[in-house]
Amino acid sequence: MSAVDGAPVPMTAKRRGAQLAMLAFAVLIVMGAYASVGVGLDGKIPSGMLTYGLGLGALMLAAYLVLARFAPWGDPLLLPLVTLVNGIGIVMIYRIEHSGKLGAGANATTQLMWTALGVVMFSATLIVLKDQRALQRMTYTAGFVAVVLLAIPAVLPGKFSEVQGAKIWIKFGGFSIQPGEFAKLALVVFFAGYLVAKRDVLALAGRRLLFIDLPRARDLGPVLITWAFAIATLIVEKDLGTSLLLFGTFIAMLYIATQRTSWVLIGILLFVGGAILAGMAFSHVEARFNVWLHAEDPTLYDAGGGSYQLMQGLFAIGSGGILGTGLGLGHPQNIPLSFSDFIFPATGEELGLTGLMAILMVYALIVQRGLRTALAARDPFSKLLAGGLSFILAWQVFIIIGGVTRLIPLTGLVTPFMSAGGSALLANWILIAVLVRMSDGARRPPPQAIQDEGLTQVMQR
Amino acid sequence: MNGTLKRAAVACLLMFGLLMANVTYLGVVKADGLRHDNRNVRSFYERYAVDRGWITADNGKVTLAKTVDTGDPTYRFERRYPQGKAFAHVVGYFAPESATGIEGAESKYLDGSHPDLVVRRAIDLITNKPAKGASVDLALNVAAQQVAYKDLANTNKRGAVVALDPRSGAILTMVSVPSYDPNPLALANKAKVNEAYSKLDKDPKKPLLDRAIDLTYAPGSTFKTITSAAFLGDNSSRSAETMVDAPDSKTFKDSTTPLVNYHGESCGGRATLLAAFTISCNTPFGIIGVGLGYDKLKEQAAKFGIGTKLAIPLSVVGSSIGPDEGETALAQTSIGQRNNQMTPMQMAMVAAGIANKGTVMKPYLVNKVMGPDGSEVTAAEPEEFSEATSPEVAAELTKMMMNVVRSGTGTAAQLPGITVAGKTGTAETAPGQASHAWFISFAPADNPRVAVAVFIESGSAGNDASGGTVAAPIARDVMQAVLKK
Repeated sequence: MSAVDGAPVPMTAKRRGAQLAMLAFAVLIVMGAYASVGVGLDGKIPSGMLTYGLGLGALMLAAYLVLARFAPWGDPLLLPLVTLVNGIGIVMIYRIEHSGKLGAGANATTQLMWTALGVVMFSATLIVLKDQRALQRMTYTAGFVAVVLLAIPAVLPGKFSEVQGAKIWIKFGGFSIQPGEFAKLALVVFFAGYLVAKRDVLALAGRRLLFIDLPRARDLGPVLITWAFAIATLIVEKDLGTSLLLFGTFIAMLYIATQRTSWVLIGILLFVGGAILAGMAFSHVEARFNVWLHAEDPTLYDAGGGSYQLMQGLFAIGSGGILGTGLGLGHPQNIPLSFSDFIFPATGEELGLTGLMAILMVYALIVQRGLRTALAARDPFSKLLAGGLSFILAWQVFIIIGGVTRLIPLTGLVTPFMSAGGSALLANWILIAVLVRMSDGARRPPPQAIQDEGLTQVMQR
Repeated sequence: MNGTLKRAAVACLLMFGLLMANVTYLGVVKADGLRHDNRNVRSFYERYAVDRGWITADNGKVTLAKTVDTGDPTYRFERRYPQGKAFAHVVGYFAPESATGIEGAESKYLDGSHPDLVVRRAIDLITNKPAKGASVDLALNVAAQQVAYKDLANTNKRGAVVALDPRSGAILTMVSVPSYDPNPLALANKAKVNEAYSKLDKDPKKPLLDRAIDLTYAPGSTFKTITSAAFLGDNSSRSAETMVDAPDSKTFKDSTTPLVNYHGESCGGRATLLAAFTISCNTPFGIIGVGLGYDKLKEQAAKFGIGTKLAIPLSVVGSSIGPDEGETALAQTSIGQRNNQMTPMQMAMVAAGIANKGTVMKPYLVNKVMGPDGSEVTAAEPEEFSEATSPEVAAELTKMMMNVVRSGTGTAAQLPGITVAGKTGTAETAPGQASHAWFISFAPADNPRVAVAVFIESGSAGNDASGGTVAAPIARDVMQAVLKK
């Protein structure tokens, strides 16, 4: 008996019970918020509260069951956190829908349907994708899919692809999707697979300039291609946000894979240079910068495409103050697009600084769980994929929320899980499913070596 | 790869840190500026989310301003002014971006944001009721105010009437004509209000100005009360019977232009102060003023409040006897001309001070403030403004003013069975323009309960006693309305 040699192998707890409790808590918060909107709007609890609440609860229970069955070691926090932001998003959209004629365009029922579809996609991803390493084998397929998805709106006539100046849609009939949201996922898969394969080469040092090791000139190829692609997106689709999102994610993943700071600097220089050139060549990019710098300028405020929307968002946050007006008691109808790009300021007016901090905290926790998965993952591809997916989520939150709060120039992107819109919601639910899948792989205890070797002989052939 | 992943995690942390810092900056540091930015319509909505307290008079019996619930969720409460024009300048109006009159001056009580109402406000907040403000009851005498407005409007001139209770300083009447209807200015619609406002603003008669407190005018002979007060107070042996020089014309040493009586009338060379005052001779008061000197006259004027800016709580512009510019100028100042400029409110205070045995009470409009639950939040406490003259001097002045109404220039102010004391005034303005007509008075002379100043811009009928013919009857009607109660 020699079993007392060293500590037992640490076992990761599944924490399924805790997850279920937190999930129930998240659903309860959302139901409370929904009731609060009703009370704020017309003094009574909305009649649909049970339907909405039970609907959301049932959806999340289904998601939970799938997770428990197909990814039992999956991260217990991701699903409750996403449920909370998704639910708060639906409540805000419901609230904006009931803010008079300017709130038209928001539709909470549609958003709930999309959420249901999102949960279906989440479940399907977990069921179909048994091991994320299967994605590594599809590296170039994913790259191809991403390029096709991004290119479709660019080549379609504006009638089928352009909404408010951004040519990023595929519209047919009353139905429209933003292929870029799915391309985002495919691109991260592609980056992860490609970089894992090439990272040793890309990490080779070339010349040394000052204190930075420059990469070899011939390795610049992939970076330049991605850069060109990002700038093309910017120019053809007039979509600064997606361009910034994809290129930034690529640079971050390149850095994670190669450990070369020089790539980050080269990337930033390339993008800033490209953006300045684009700014000089295209008025809409320059206008964005002007609005950012001089948002309070009355002439810019009154100008078409000026700072009106941004300032209305800031007015909402300022009027909300620390505690907010309370749900249903603000004036989100004053902010154009309060249900999509500007849902964050609209929430700020009613939930105040406190609510915004809580929402940012939830996003930060989702990102943190993703990065933790990346750290715990056992193979380079999973590490890079989990790191890339977490980063793209954080980066997207930063770009859009930084934009609407005037931290950085405003570029149109959806607020993940909150903004009205199906494509983004589906894509982000898939993203979370992949993260859960990877966390399951990372947290699953390795096969246990048989302890009492002295008593049992295992023969391996 | 874990090293770079950790650094990427730090980058993510930094991004969230920046977002949180920026949101905090917006929600704490910039919040106030953003909230009150005039492009932020929320402050506009908020004005209509409060069930503002009412403005009343006659101890709450007459409603001057009320709030109606329109049922519109955005602009729920609107303001109405059932008494309209007669009370417009006092009550003011609650416009989308501003408020005037009592609406502006007592806004903190009316919208419930006053510290005295903080508990009540907190309860409303917790129970999710719309905030309700306190109501403000004014000291105005509604009947007197209406009579004053009607009489003044009938002259078709511009002018003002102020009536005070000399014992307390309560403002019983404060009217300015031409007036305006405040209702269109209180709509929850900026465009319509701006249109109505700019129409009134462009009107050459300037109806938006409150002539009782916003503008000053030469007081003419009514100022002789102050010159007399200074003369009597300077030497206790003097009385109404003291003989004074009353030449037909008097030239002072720094000018060749003589001081004359109206239309070259004669007061007989020498006369008692009483006689000179009763028929309103100019030369005796010019000589008296020069004899006293600028400083003594100014000191006496200051004791009546001239030079002090008052808040009643509406702000009253400061009156002034003008600068010291030599003897001829001083002589003209002493008869209420030259740079001598008074508000009608100030002249009412002069009459009230004499009526109240020389003690001027601080004028006030607000009788009391009642909380939303009907409890009294605060009530007026009459406050002494100054000791303008001794009781003896006040008694002599009263005697002189009684004589004016009994047999002098102010007979039109006589009331049956009540002794009235008064003084007429006719102030020359620019050459070729009609003079201003004034009348200040109080009644009953032995136990005064009301003091009035009537002012009519360019209202002279053409003679020196015009204050007596145009202004005195209005004062009589106002006094009668107050005393009838």
